[in-house]
Amino acid sequence: MQDFLDIFDIYLLEAVLNGILLGGVLALLALGLNLVFGVIDVIWICYAELIMIGMYAMFYLVSGFGVSYWLAAPLCILLVAALGALLHLLVIEPLLSAPPINQLLATGGVLFFLQSFATVVFGIDFRNIGIQLPVLGIGEMHFSYARLLAFIAALVGMVAVYIFMKKSYVGTAIRAIAQDREIMALMGVDTRRVYLITSALGGALAGLAACLLVLLYDVHPFIGLSIGPITFLICVLGGLGNFIGGFVAAFVFAEIISLGGLFSDLEWGYVLAFGFFILMMFIRPRGLLARRS
Amino acid sequence: MTARYGAWLALAAVLLVALPLVHRDPYHLHIMVLILIWSFAYTSWSMMGRFGLTSLGHGGFMGVGAYVTALLWNHLGVSPWLGIPIALVCAGALALVVAYPCFRFRITGHYFALVTLALSGIVLQVITASRDYTGGSLGYTPEAATGSKLLALQSSDKTVWYFGALAVWVAGLLIWFLVDRSMMRHAMEAISEDEDAAAAAGVNVTAEKLKITVLSALMTALAGAVYCQYQMFISPDTVSGIAVSLQMVFAAVVGGLYVALGPTVGAVITILLAEVLRVGFGTKAVGWDNLIYGVLLVAFIIFLPKGILGSLLERVRVRR
Repeated sequence: MQDFLDIFDIYLLEAVLNGILLGGVLALLALGLNLVFGVIDVIWICYAELIMIGMYAMFYLVSGFGVSYWLAAPLCILLVAALGALLHLLVIEPLLSAPPINQLLATGGVLFFLQSFATVVFGIDFRNIGIQLPVLGIGEMHFSYARLLAFIAALVGMVAVYIFMKKSYVGTAIRAIAQDREIMALMGVDTRRVYLITSALGGALAGLAACLLVLLYDVHPFIGLSIGPITFLICVLGGLGNFIGGFVAAFVFAEIISLGGLFSDLEWGYVLAFGFFILMMFIRPRGLLARRS
Repeated sequence: MTARYGAWLALAAVLLVALPLVHRDPYHLHIMVLILIWSFAYTSWSMMGRFGLTSLGHGGFMGVGAYVTALLWNHLGVSPWLGIPIALVCAGALALVVAYPCFRFRITGHYFALVTLALSGIVLQVITASRDYTGGSLGYTPEAATGSKLLALQSSDKTVWYFGALAVWVAGLLIWFLVDRSMMRHAMEAISEDEDAAAAAGVNVTAEKLKITVLSALMTALAGAVYCQYQMFISPDTVSGIAVSLQMVFAAVVGGLYVALGPTVGAVITILLAEVLRVGFGTKAVGWDNLIYGVLLVAFIIFLPKGILGSLLERVRVRR
C-alpha cells in the first residue's frame, strides 16, 4: 500500500508541474486575445486560426526550406503580426461603429476562411516540424524540453509586453485608450494608429505562440478548433481584458486539465475544465478577479 | 393584399407538396430534405439570434438532440418516438443550466457568445471522450430497425423523408409567426434595445430571455434528431461543436435573420453552393465551399448586415 502511494505521489507531482508548464503557454495565448479585447473591444474568434497559419509558416520554413528554427521564429512572428494588422484593416475597421457582436461574427467568417485556406493550400495531413527535443528526467518524473522552452518563452514574451506597455510612449497610449477611447481621440492620440499597433502586437503574440506550439503539436487545418475554445474560456474566466485575471485563469485551467488527464483520459480533463468554467460563471460571472457587484 | 398573400401562400404550399410526386430524382430529393432540415435548424438559431442573443452554443444542442436519440435507440432500444422527446428535455435542461446564470448575472454580448461557445466545446469533447459509447470522432450509426420501421422512425424512401422534413420546417415557421405575434416578441425587442428600460417597464428580463432560449434549444435539438434519423450517421463534427454553431450563424446572417424565411434562404444558398462545388470539382473542391463562405460572411456583415432576403424585402417596402 505504501508503495502504491509513493508512485501515485510522483505522478501527481509530475502532473502538477506539467500543468504549470502548460499554464505558461495558455497564459501567452490568452494575453494576445486580452490585449486586443482590452484596447479595441473586439474579440478575434479567429485568433487560434492565426496561430495555425503561424504554425504552418514555421513548418514550411523549417522542414521545407531548411531555415534554422531560431531564424524562422522571428519571421513567423512578423508574418502573423502583419496578418493581425491586416485583419484589423480589412475586417474590424469597417465594423468599428457596428454592434460589437457583428465584429465577433465577422472574425468568425475569417475563421472559416483561414481554416479552408489551410485545407486547400496545405492539405489536411497532420504535419510535424520534425524537431525532437529530449525529455528531461528529474528523479522519476519526466518533462519535455519543448514544454519547458515554451513555458520560458511565454514568460519572457509576457514580461516584454508588460515592459512595452509600461515604459514606451505607444504602450502608454494603448493603456490610455483602453481606459477611455473617446477622450483619447480628443487628446490628440491617433486612435487608428494605436489600434493598428495593438492588432499587430496581438498578432505577434499569436505568432510567438505558434513558434512554441509547433514544437508540441502536429499542425493541421483544424487545430484552431482545439486551441481556440480553451483560450476564450480562459479570457472569460479571468475577465475579458483583465491581463492578470487571464494569467491566473490560465494556470487554474492548465492544472485542471493536467490533473483531470491524470485520473482519466485527456478529453475528460477538458470536460472537467469546461464544467468548472460554467460553475464559475454562476459564482463569478465577471471573472475570477472581479469584485463582486 | 391579404387575399393575394393567401393565394401566393397556397400556390407555394401546392408546389412544395407536389414536388416529390412529380419530380422523383432521388439526388434532388436528398438535397431538398437536407435544405429543409438545415433551414429548420437555422430558423431555430434565429429565434433568439434576431433579438441580439448571439449563441455560439447551438452546435451543442443539436449534438445532444442527435446523440441522445441515437444512443437511447442503440443501447436501450428506446424508440425515437420516445427518444426524441427525451433528447429535447435533455437539450432544454442544458439550455436552462447554461442560460440561467448568463441571464441572471446579465452576461450579454461578447460574454454570452463566448460562454455558449464553451457549451458547444463541452458537448463535442464529451461525445469524443466517451468514445466507448458514442464511437468518438469516427461517428455513430443508429442500428437499422429489425422490426417495425415506423416504430424506429427509419425509412429509406426519400419521399417519406421529404414530407417529414417539410412538416418540421413548416412547424418551425409557424412557431416563428406565433412568437412574432406574441407579447414575447415585444418584450424581447424591448430587452434587446435596453435591458434596464425593459426591466423598468415591467418586463421580467431573465424569464423572457430564458423562454426564448429554451424554445430555440428545443427546436435545434429536434433538428439534430431528425438529421440523425435521416442520415443514419452522425459524427461530432457534423452535428456538434463550434464549426456547426458558426455554420448556423453564417447561414442565418447571409439569408437574413430578422425575417421568417431568411434562414431558409441562407440554407438554400449554402447547401447549393457546397453541392455545386462538390459535383463540379469533386475532391479538388474540399475546403473551397468554406473558403467562399468565410469571405461571404465577412462581406455580408460589412455591407449587407440584414442579409439577402432582409435587404430585398426592405427595398421592396421602400419602393411601395
